Amino acid sequence: MMKEEKFIGAIKFGILSPDLIRKMSATAIVTSEVYDENGLPVEGGVMDPRLGVIEPGQRCATCGNTLARCPGHFGHLELARPVIHIGFVKHIYDLLRATCRKCGHLKIPKDEIDKYLNLYERLKDKWPQLARSLSEFVKRKAIKNMECPHCHAKQYKIRLEKPTTFIEEGPLGRLWPNKIFNWLDQIPSDHLRLLGYDPNFSHPKWMIIRVLPVPPICVRPSILLETGIRSEDDLTHKLVDIVRTNEKLRESIASGAPEVIVEDLWELLQYHITTYIDNEVPGVPPARRRSGMPLRTLAQRLKGKEGRFRGNLSGKRVDFSARTVISPDPYISINEVGVPIEIAKTVTVPVRVTPWNIDEIRKYVLNGPNKYPGANYVIDPTGRRIDLRFIRDLKAVAESLKPGYVVERHLIDGDIVLFNRQPSLHRMSIMGHIVRVLPGRTFRLHLAVCPPYNADFDGDEMNLHVPQNIEARAEAKTLLLVQEHILSPRYGGPIIGGIQDYISGAYLLSSKVTLLTQDQVSDLLASINYDGEIPEPAVLSPKRVWTGKQIISLLLPENFNFSKEAKISSGVLKCTDEECFWDSYLVVKKGKLLLGVLDKAAIGAQQPESMLHFLVREYGNAFGKEFMDRAFKLFLRFIEMRGFTMALTDIMIPEQAYEEIKEVVEEAKKEIEELIKMYREGKLESMPGRTLEETLEIKILDVLSKARDKAGERAVKYLDPFNNVFIMAKTGARGSALNITQMTAMLGQQSVRGQRISRGYRGRTLPHFKRGDIGPEARGFVASSFVKGLSPIEMFFHAAGGREGLVDTAVRTSQSGYMQRRLINSLIDLVVEYDGTVRSAYGELVQFRYGEDGVDPKNTSFGKAVNVERIIEKHVGWKK
Amino acid sequence: MTGKKTSKKKKKTETEAKRAKTEKILEEITRPDKLVERVMKLTRRKIPEELREEIRRALLREVLDFSVEDEDALKEKLNEFIDKAKKIIAISEVAREVLPEGIYLELVTSLFRVNTRIELDDDELRTIRDDVVRTYLRAIVDPGEPVGTVAAQSIGEPGTQMTLRTFHYAGVKELNVTLGLPRLIELVDARKTPETPMMEIHLDEEHKYDREKAIEVARRIEMTRIENVVDVVDISIATKQLVIKLDPIMLQDKGLTRDDIIRVLSKSKSLAGKVNPDPDDPYTIIIDMPTKDPIKAQKFRDRILRMKLKGIKDIKKVIPQKRKDPETGREYYVLITDGTNLAAVMKVEGVDPTHTKSNSVHEIENVLGIEAAREALVREIKNTLDEQGLDVDIRHIMLLADMMTRTGVVRQIGRHGVAGEKPSVLARAAFEVTVKHLFDASARGEVDLIRGVTENVIIGQLAPVGTAKVQLKMDPTKIKPLSKR
Repeated sequence: MMKEEKFIGAIKFGILSPDLIRKMSATAIVTSEVYDENGLPVEGGVMDPRLGVIEPGQRCATCGNTLARCPGHFGHLELARPVIHIGFVKHIYDLLRATCRKCGHLKIPKDEIDKYLNLYERLKDKWPQLARSLSEFVKRKAIKNMECPHCHAKQYKIRLEKPTTFIEEGPLGRLWPNKIFNWLDQIPSDHLRLLGYDPNFSHPKWMIIRVLPVPPICVRPSILLETGIRSEDDLTHKLVDIVRTNEKLRESIASGAPEVIVEDLWELLQYHITTYIDNEVPGVPPARRRSGMPLRTLAQRLKGKEGRFRGNLSGKRVDFSARTVISPDPYISINEVGVPIEIAKTVTVPVRVTPWNIDEIRKYVLNGPNKYPGANYVIDPTGRRIDLRFIRDLKAVAESLKPGYVVERHLIDGDIVLFNRQPSLHRMSIMGHIVRVLPGRTFRLHLAVCPPYNADFDGDEMNLHVPQNIEARAEAKTLLLVQEHILSPRYGGPIIGGIQDYISGAYLLSSKVTLLTQDQVSDLLASINYDGEIPEPAVLSPKRVWTGKQIISLLLPENFNFSKEAKISSGVLKCTDEECFWDSYLVVKKGKLLLGVLDKAAIGAQQPESMLHFLVREYGNAFGKEFMDRAFKLFLRFIEMRGFTMALTDIMIPEQAYEEIKEVVEEAKKEIEELIKMYREGKLESMPGRTLEETLEIKILDVLSKARDKAGERAVKYLDPFNNVFIMAKTGARGSALNITQMTAMLGQQSVRGQRISRGYRGRTLPHFKRGDIGPEARGFVASSFVKGLSPIEMFFHAAGGREGLVDTAVRTSQSGYMQRRLINSLIDLVVEYDGTVRSAYGELVQFRYGEDGVDPKNTSFGKAVNVERIIEKHVGWKK
Repeated sequence: MTGKKTSKKKKKTETEAKRAKTEKILEEITRPDKLVERVMKLTRRKIPEELREEIRRALLREVLDFSVEDEDALKEKLNEFIDKAKKIIAISEVAREVLPEGIYLELVTSLFRVNTRIELDDDELRTIRDDVVRTYLRAIVDPGEPVGTVAAQSIGEPGTQMTLRTFHYAGVKELNVTLGLPRLIELVDARKTPETPMMEIHLDEEHKYDREKAIEVARRIEMTRIENVVDVVDISIATKQLVIKLDPIMLQDKGLTRDDIIRVLSKSKSLAGKVNPDPDDPYTIIIDMPTKDPIKAQKFRDRILRMKLKGIKDIKKVIPQKRKDPETGREYYVLITDGTNLAAVMKVEGVDPTHTKSNSVHEIENVLGIEAAREALVREIKNTLDEQGLDVDIRHIMLLADMMTRTGVVRQIGRHGVAGEKPSVLARAAFEVTVKHLFDASARGEVDLIRGVTENVIIGQLAPVGTAKVQLKMDPTKIKPLSKR
């Protein structure tokens, strides 16, 4: 069943000549009537059956095919008088001005024409851009000439009255399209070629429409409404208008009507044809439907985001896809995706029957479309599709299977699918996942792959696509699989890694104080199906207990050496080398975690040069995947065992602390009062390049932000620095010091546009304040904390600040989205060639060596192709 | 998230600077460098060039640690080091052909440095060498890699995480600077003038370290008009006189005297001889007006006030800023300006033209040429992203800059530049202004050769990228069974 493959090598653009239009026409359109009284389409009308089949079951009057196979056929309409094609007005205008009104020659001397033509022919193929500039130059030159150098006829200025009226300020007066046609017809071919036109495929005289092609019906299908009323497409409406006007025009010419009436009708025909082509021409009132909606005519169908080009050609709708809500599943692999049975039964994989799989496939067919795992279709070698939904005797079908049949079976565990979340901003937005069919109605996703998709589980939905041939599946498996995208090409580092509880869990497990009994160790290791040896416990007496570090070490490769400061290494816990009392310097020697805790700096996502990064880089993507699957499961198991939560008491401070915070606020207020006083008395010195008011604002903001920090410090003093909230903040699992300050001490200054909130009523933000009050409270300073609660006024200011954030995000996404579209469009064709250069698809050389060193950023360590120091550490780090 | 990376880097350089500083101080006390230098000069053995500096440093460290005390011991140490260096170079020899110069040098110096600290045997050295070579070879890009798309995504994707706020302080409190997404869009658009044009002027050795001297240069650069130093202006219609009272504080600030101003005014032909100092007041200038008409007199006044006294056109403000050299720790001054005029500033005395920067890519293109414009683009985009704490590999930015500048002029990314000048009709139509491109293409009878990605997607064929770039295919009918031999 080898199908012959054909490729499109090139597409030639041109203008249809009247002859060609007639030649390819199935019928001439001769009447404005569409349907007769029986509701059947009239022959010679715009719905003529020869233009193609519309109803299923019918055979085409022209090609004899059924609906599925008939491509539709053009008809044609002979216009009583020619009209101008609105898309070419600019070209016609230029040509009229550049050529002689009498002889049609280009208005530059013959020898020059020859010279330019020679140059043009040489430029044309190699430097099309230059050739175009040359044509432009010649045209400008010709337009300037007010006397024909060939026949010495005097030239007149030609005016274009938008949209389609040409007027010569000379003896010819108004240039009706027929006059223009004759003029353009006179231009010699060579001259046209020099001006960049192709007289064989797009002769400018064809820019004047004398015969209008009528598109096939399938381009403009009519819709049958529920009421039984037929509703025609916009294009059909427009065509009827054109045919009707054309009829009238022909009649009035034939009846010898006065020229004024003929000309009016001619203009009307011009209007209809103009709006038929483009209904958004400036200066032309758009043709409207009865409801007042502008018609969607030819140009509108192509244009814009939902137009033919961007909506149907650059992006296409597909089969074998599914979409549903996502939810987390820490028990599957990062390579996997959980697929609901319902979806697995709907999207299918085509499998070719072979002697080796025939038994297995028979089982699927026997199960049929409703029982999982089954099959939905059987395709026999002749290409006939058997829909198993309507087969009673599945057994017979199963029996009839022979090698060469194709069965579309349900999705099963181990299939590869593509998984995607919009917006698809980078290539990690679509990755290959291995199917795990699971009960439930949501897609299940491992938490470590949230960062590349930028997904969370507050209702996000994702899409799934099933590749339909072996080639696609092979590519998906080798190139798109999640593990191949652990390292981001944006910067040299992992984009997939630990988040939130994984980090808290890793920290707690690796912490010095974690000692595990035999039961606990067994429980932990069983959770990851560990089947190796368990080491001697670190503490033998009085009880045999293992450290968390021992357990983690079981997952590390035996020859792994690594050392780095942990994330918690800051402030008093700062450590910069192995001699670390605080356990904040991570040391792994020969695969043993000796010192330090695992936190965001070691296993976090988007952390270049971390332990996770080097594990993936040095031991491969497959190991990286394996490590994450196992380690993360372990961390979660531990955090479940230990228990981890955030209680209100974690952020509650005693009354005494509030007093202190109050003091801080009072102090700041006093300071600001002082500043304002100085300002009022003119004693405040302005900073260079700033006005006095700006200086005051900057100083006040400074005082207030310091006050918040100070209040935060005071409050934190009263909290246990190792409570769960602090663990999360310090290890980088979630939240920051600022968040803690805002919860316990105070929110601080709210800002809109980087300034204190200042707008509202005249001279004040809210009617609760005096006019001209520029003190902290009146300008959005919130002295309460989330725990204490906000006063109504404070809540208002907080909302103002919050609203700005929302607006900001909304505006930013559209702006950056457009920028990205432009970037992609500009750079999409750049590819590394086999010689290491970067060239566009058109052969333009952009870089002699990619990135000046030919190194793929994905394979770098934060930009460096080889991190020599790391390699030394990797091999001999244990010696230190 | 990744934002912390930059600060970490900074810390790293800080500690390095600190170490360098202490080393320097110790050096000053004992002058061990002289000693080391002498020993290195005296030896008869050849010191491998690529490790000379490392050996010198290692010896210096020995002296500073007091692990060697006399010259003989030092000589011995030197011999030991030379032996080690020679061994390392011998082992690394094979790698030299494969590795780029920079990585090779890093390899030998790092090996040497580590080897002075801990003993490494030949096997270990070889393993490390092999791993370095392997790592390098694995890092090379694959042919067919769609680097353009990856670059576009890598620059575009962080855009969603950037702040929209235009104004931010960037080191200089005195100036507002466009940053974040708006700045990035501005760069990619290749706008003729940035929203906030700015320059960073570096000074020559003479003026660099002294605040007064830096200000002196600043005064030469800052555009000063008469209105900037004027206190009060009076039009006296009766006497046909314009009386200008100068502001002594501003005069001093700008480093001007009344005579300077009179000289500048007198230079103008129409005013020659009509400008006189007021004999009674040292800060007043009297100008004879040519007209009595009050409206014309006002125009005359405005013209006088807008006259340039000194400085450079378009430079509205100059602010000296203190910087610290990260290596030597020495403080120096740079001038930050509001407004740009690269060509004129580079000529000013006291300015170091080789280090002076402008944030206007267009201006750099005009003054220094297209290569400089490329560099400026890379630098500005990188700075914009870094400032937001977003990590993007420099290679992506270079590719973008190369694409923008490859024709010899800076082209915009978008309709009027790179994307609008593609040879393919379909690709252009699929981007923006669809209908116009189609009409023009048919008028000219253009041919689309369907070579780019967009065109191939449109007609449903494979685009010549990645795995589809491979044209070599197996013809299963031509496979012959292996012949027995």
